[in-house]
Amino acid sequence: MDNHSLSQESLPIFEALEKQALDRLVHFDVPGHKGGRGNKDLKKYLGETCVKLDVNSMKPLDNLCHPSSVIKDAQILTANLFGADEAFFIANGTTAAVQAMIMSTCKAGDKIIMPRNVHRSAINALVINGAVPVYVNPGIDKRLGIPLGMSFKDVKRAIEENPDAKAVMVNNPTYYGICSDLKSIVELAHEHGMLVLADEAHGTHFYFGEDLPVSAMEAGADMSSVSMHKTGGSLTQSSVLLTRNTINPDYVRQVINLTQTTSASYLLLSSLDIARRNLYKNGKEIYAKAKELATYARGEINQIGGYYAFGRELVNNDDIFDFDPIKLSIHTKDIGLAGIEVYDLLRDEYGIQIEFGDIGNILAIVSGGERRIEIERLIAALSEIKRNFRQSTKGMFDHEYINPQVIMPPQKAFYAKTEAVRLEESENRICSEFVMCYPPGIPILAPGEKVTKDILNYTFYAKEKGCMMLGTEDMSMEYLNVVKED
Amino acid sequence: MDLWYTDNHTDNVRFSMKVEKQLYSEESFYQKIEILQTKDYGKILVLDGELFTTERDEFVYHEMVVHVPMAVHPDIKTVLVIGGGDGGTVRELTKYDGIETIDLVELDEKLVKASRKYMPELSAKLNDPRVSIYFEEGIRFARMVRDKYDLIIVDCADPYGPAEGLFTKEFYGVCWNSLKEDGILINQHESPFYRQHAKSVQLAHRNIQSAFECSMIYQCHIPSYPSGHWLFGFASKKYHPIDDMDKHEWEKQKIKTKYYNTDLHKGAFYLPTYVKELLGLE
Repeated sequence: MDNHSLSQESLPIFEALEKQALDRLVHFDVPGHKGGRGNKDLKKYLGETCVKLDVNSMKPLDNLCHPSSVIKDAQILTANLFGADEAFFIANGTTAAVQAMIMSTCKAGDKIIMPRNVHRSAINALVINGAVPVYVNPGIDKRLGIPLGMSFKDVKRAIEENPDAKAVMVNNPTYYGICSDLKSIVELAHEHGMLVLADEAHGTHFYFGEDLPVSAMEAGADMSSVSMHKTGGSLTQSSVLLTRNTINPDYVRQVINLTQTTSASYLLLSSLDIARRNLYKNGKEIYAKAKELATYARGEINQIGGYYAFGRELVNNDDIFDFDPIKLSIHTKDIGLAGIEVYDLLRDEYGIQIEFGDIGNILAIVSGGERRIEIERLIAALSEIKRNFRQSTKGMFDHEYINPQVIMPPQKAFYAKTEAVRLEESENRICSEFVMCYPPGIPILAPGEKVTKDILNYTFYAKEKGCMMLGTEDMSMEYLNVVKED
Repeated sequence: MDLWYTDNHTDNVRFSMKVEKQLYSEESFYQKIEILQTKDYGKILVLDGELFTTERDEFVYHEMVVHVPMAVHPDIKTVLVIGGGDGGTVRELTKYDGIETIDLVELDEKLVKASRKYMPELSAKLNDPRVSIYFEEGIRFARMVRDKYDLIIVDCADPYGPAEGLFTKEFYGVCWNSLKEDGILINQHESPFYRQHAKSVQLAHRNIQSAFECSMIYQCHIPSYPSGHWLFGFASKKYHPIDDMDKHEWEKQKIKTKYYNTDLHKGAFYLPTYVKELLGLE
């Protein structure tokens, strides 16, 4: 590795793309659109720069499956910037990064300790490779109804009761912005010979902002999946997997290559390169602005009354060890509207698209790319929604999350003999597929869990309120696949 | 040497005037502000390259946003002006002795400073003791008050710059909420003639209708603005702009105007057929 010529100011992948464009190569390789000549509409609609950058792996551009030149350099720069020992560029979304973490640390039958409110991608990995989850139930905030972080004492108990577990997975933070005590969890897990995997899909900014929760690499975690495309400024679907020297990087690369595309898009890869340099140069300033905007909005929204834009006042040194102040999560139930209803009103009536709305909350993503007037519009629209649409809170569901009863491991349930039964007739059966609202994409039911009355009520309520429900084989979610009883 | 300022009325239509000299140019946080001395239009104020107002024809705009509501609502005491940093709207308002307070909320402090210094014909009355000036987002200012104003005038640039929030449904709703039960909202509505602007006319009208009991459009002729044909919105909770216009009461006050009169007031609400169709009226 020639570190001397590498600087955070450089863009190894993008510069190689630019350089080879000047070579005016004759292309007898894929992609067949050949810079737009083979598909003029593609160039017309997506733009010339875009189609020109969309090229195949070739010698001067390196290969994501086996990085040895410019991709390798870009990964080294990324690792350095994030304080990791290795960084892997991922072109299959953070889903692929999360799966690579689990699949490179656990084999079939191995135990992994994780909070149940993980993203579906983590449980998907268990279905694929047969690792067995030991769930730590997240804390639940009674007023907000949302799942929180893991309490340190619950993690401790899980570790002590399962000394053979291979790894502990932690959300840093959750979609709502809540962090567990990652540093202490890392210390304890390492004492017991377990690795710590962080899902930092919503935590890219922790590496750059000031006065934000601790990042996984700083806390000493062994691996982390960082969604650069969420708040880091790269293109959708591009992501980064970070590892420390406790992990064999060559093995991780092998595992990534089990499922990752062999035709990684250079649009995605170069966007990671460009986003990395942007974060190096402007990250601190960008997130300072984002934090200022989110903090301002929280204050104003809380003055409207009825809404609760929650923040660091929730921190309890336990299952809310820290809170990400850049997250603008707002509890809406007290104005008599489900989060998803406020989400729909914002878009349909006021032309404002937010990240998600669930049963009792909405989440607006603030990344520093906003103008002040846009924050003002959001606040004013919320104030107007309260004035024009508020309802009685009678009959409203008060929780987002129900602790599940796990009957069998996800892989066993997913591949078991199953039958489809009507959702309302599925009570007490063992579910063999996922049921979730998307976003946030945290499963209500995962394969191997018991269908309870409470879960069914929640599911019907979410459907009625207009949540986008998915995960089941039956796309209308009238039928549920359950494990066949002998 | 020939020096010309050109305002692009559309991508394909231009309007140019000969410039004698540049009086002022500064980049504020929000926009580039320029004041030029022209031959036929006198001093002109240009924001981000687009013509905002001219010394020669500003009276049309400012009289029409002020005297129309003043002739309808018999007892306007508290007024909120959003935008209007040049001071022209305030100047017209101060002609009424009955008005007790005028709150001017302008985003850009530098715009007010420049107007005070270079365009006293518009800005002189900003010093009237009834006037308070606030430098902040209009949408935020209006959101913080309830049931307070008799009249709100939105005097702003087109919806593609810093003023974009002032054409939204949430803004009109917030205004409704800060008006008294018989309050009136006047806002500039762009021109119906060119396609690009016509879309904003439609959108603004639809948004305002969703918030107000009575929402009507009136017109005037502003030579330097795109197509010269300009629209304003009259939205109110109670008053009808023609039925409730009190000709005698208004004329008794002997307000001096150059454009507005009570006959024109009525006529201004009678719109060309293509504009009615654009707005979905009849």
